[in-house]
Amino acid sequence: MEIGLAHYLTVAAILFTLGIFGIFMNRKNVIIIMMSIELMLLAVNINFVAFSSFLGDLVGQVFTIFVLTVAAAEAAIGLAILVVYFRNRGTIAVEDINMMKG
Amino acid sequence: MVVQALAFYLFAIIAVISAAMVVTVRNPVHSVLFLILTFFNAAGLFVLLGAEFLAMLLVVVYVGAIAVLFMFVVMMLDINFVEMREGFLNYLPIGVLVAAVLFVELAFVGGGWVMTDAKMAAIAQPVPAGVGNVNALGMLLYTDYAYIFQAAGLVLLTAMIGAIVLTLRHREGVRRQNISQQVQRQRAETLEIKKVPVGRGI
Repeated sequence: MEIGLAHYLTVAAILFTLGIFGIFMNRKNVIIIMMSIELMLLAVNINFVAFSSFLGDLVGQVFTIFVLTVAAAEAAIGLAILVVYFRNRGTIAVEDINMMKG
Repeated sequence: MVVQALAFYLFAIIAVISAAMVVTVRNPVHSVLFLILTFFNAAGLFVLLGAEFLAMLLVVVYVGAIAVLFMFVVMMLDINFVEMREGFLNYLPIGVLVAAVLFVELAFVGGGWVMTDAKMAAIAQPVPAGVGNVNALGMLLYTDYAYIFQAAGLVLLTAMIGAIVLTLRHREGVRRQNISQQVQRQRAETLEIKKVPVGRGI
């Protein structure tokens, strides 16, 4: 019953895989895609904290704080872009986002 | 030990199930709620790992700020989410395939990882003994990582300004207060003194 590093890494790997899966499944809904990205960042954070805890190195936790910062900034900017886009076009469907002809 | 193992399995299983619900439920509002549940259980995992400060930070930042922001946007935008679900099953095979391949890759990487003395020697900041998690993190964050900490603050400031600039709009036909105009008002242009004769009015 000893919970080791491998247990936490497995949980993080499953969460990361679910994030990728969500991006592939919800190809039309930008909001769900952003939530999937948050899930993947969470999985990365779990990896950082697990290694930090089992190796006794605090830098992993410090880096997790910065990952959290970037995740918050990314969510704020992404949702702002989404709101502006919806205001201009009246839809958030991913396949309609082609004005820049990229 | 048994209690710890039980708590780990409880948090891990709920986190994985709710993460699966996030990407599969029909209603995005439910999706956000399951995302919040995932974050709470991840915070529980962090507590089990001894990272209490990060657990609280996860609850405050993710649940309190990011998830609520998602909730705002989901409820504010008037979107036909049923239409958006079209083609969900078309993507199922490729999605499962890519996810499976990625998981196997991650399993290989994780399974092939071994702890060596060289890696033990490379530990940069050992956890200080006899000091709480919050205290230890603070001692590290405000000394060795002070510049990066400031840079993280700048990232947040940039994001805040960017979000405000993106979403702020000046609508026509709305009366607004113009403070400099009010302050610069002269007596001559607003006030007129009239001599009113007694008993006759103007």
